[in-house]
Amino acid sequence: MLEQNIRVKAKDVSFYYGQKRALKDLNINFFTNKVTAFIGPSGCGKSTFIRLLNKMNDLIPNTRAEGKILLDDENILDKKVDAVKIRRKIGMVFQKPNPFPKSIFQNVAYGLELCSMSKKEMERVVEESLQKAALWNEVKDRLRDNALGLSGGQQQRLCIARCLAVEPEVILFDEPCASLDPISTSKIEELILELKKQYTIVIVTHNMQQAARVSDWTAFMYIGELIEFSPTKEIFVVPKEKKTQEYLSGRFG
Amino acid sequence: MKNIIIEKTGFFLITMCIAITGLFLALLIYFIVSNGINVLSFEFLTQPPKNSMTAGGVAPAIVGSFYLTVGAVIVALPLGLACAIYLNEYSPKGLVASAIRISVNNLAGVPSVVFGLFGLAFFVKFLGFGISILSGSLTLAILILPAIISTSQEALSAVPNSIREASLALGATHSQTIRKAVLPCAFSAILTGVILSIARAAGETAPILFTAAAFYKRDYPDSIFSETMALPYHIYALMTEGTSPDKQVAIAYGCALILLLIVLVISAGAIVLRNKYRRQNA
Repeated sequence: MLEQNIRVKAKDVSFYYGQKRALKDLNINFFTNKVTAFIGPSGCGKSTFIRLLNKMNDLIPNTRAEGKILLDDENILDKKVDAVKIRRKIGMVFQKPNPFPKSIFQNVAYGLELCSMSKKEMERVVEESLQKAALWNEVKDRLRDNALGLSGGQQQRLCIARCLAVEPEVILFDEPCASLDPISTSKIEELILELKKQYTIVIVTHNMQQAARVSDWTAFMYIGELIEFSPTKEIFVVPKEKKTQEYLSGRFG
Repeated sequence: MKNIIIEKTGFFLITMCIAITGLFLALLIYFIVSNGINVLSFEFLTQPPKNSMTAGGVAPAIVGSFYLTVGAVIVALPLGLACAIYLNEYSPKGLVASAIRISVNNLAGVPSVVFGLFGLAFFVKFLGFGISILSGSLTLAILILPAIISTSQEALSAVPNSIREASLALGATHSQTIRKAVLPCAFSAILTGVILSIARAAGETAPILFTAAAFYKRDYPDSIFSETMALPYHIYALMTEGTSPDKQVAIAYGCALILLLIVLVISAGAIVLRNKYRRQNA
């Protein structure tokens, strides 16, 4: 991969919960318009790491990060960097669908209302975002209905639409299908493949098949360390590291 | 078999407890309604008292109680809400926050007459508001403040963190998140606290005894600096002073009935508001 295709670059990233070191000297690059999947056993630090990318860990007291994560030559880990600005560039979709208890329209418009935008423009962006999230046809006649009335899969796609509406450049998916049924899961996966044409995508997943299906690059983590980072085609066929091979063959995890 | 007996006895005991509670409530309402309904009339609701409290109406007391209660809520709600937001959303979970929390809870246990004396010393004398609606409202406000703070804080802490994360991840600031995501979710539970506080403020006698209430006043209060009649105090006065007890007692029951109705109307208003809001948001 060429240097200019790197969208986000992490250098020697470590993270501490109090005294406990949860991440150890991670070095990884995320490439533009590619999907990077994080796999690894529970508690290996996958979620901790991607939550560093949009400064969500800043909210947890008594934690500390070291190293650099560079986005447009700005170090995201720097406390002085404005979290709001970063989060507008790097959106996030969470493990459990978390729509606001508001209408479908209001959910997607939430991020737009934060900056001043005309009503007409807002309606256009909401429709566009719902279309991109492959939800428009299902909800176009009931935009005023409460979002909590949607199914789990629809709620998750609504959360994706809500995230797309603020026009991020990078989207983080933290186990987006963990609470969804197989059909909803496959819809989300199709969506991710579609979205990578426009966005840089990072996804944490427990499901190795999912990583194989949606990602271009795969990172395997184990107890806070990045063991292997390779193109997905290679890591699943000929893993370089013994630990990766053991994990992929189901010997632990 | 043994389990079934235990189950049945337990259920029976619980049902009895509910029945006893319900019975007392029903008795209370029955006594007040049956004793008070006779004096109720259009004149009673719209005229000031006559013949040294033995005839006429109690309109100034109704209006006074309304002003005092609304005033108390107007003062206490923003203050209490701000305090709850600070405790739940801003203060680091630590010594200071829990000290504040404990103080607030202790404040809730202070007898209301103590609030009355405080109101007299602070609002009436020190700040020079005199015996007035303003002093009474402020005293009632600090009386209901602890309840508003603790119910609001519980309402806020019941809002799941995923809602806050969702909002922050969309690029909202901390204060935007509270205003646009957290508060709307907590709104109906906060209103429940307000409803209970309204009932409390409307019914208290001791806090307004030295700060706002007048035994007899022909006219309606014309500013927040005027003294006022109020229903709870009027009941107290009718039962303890005057020279024709039988007439006065009947009027006192009438006042109690009206007080009950006022609380019911204000609460119903808040409940309607809450349900309307719930329909929109849940």
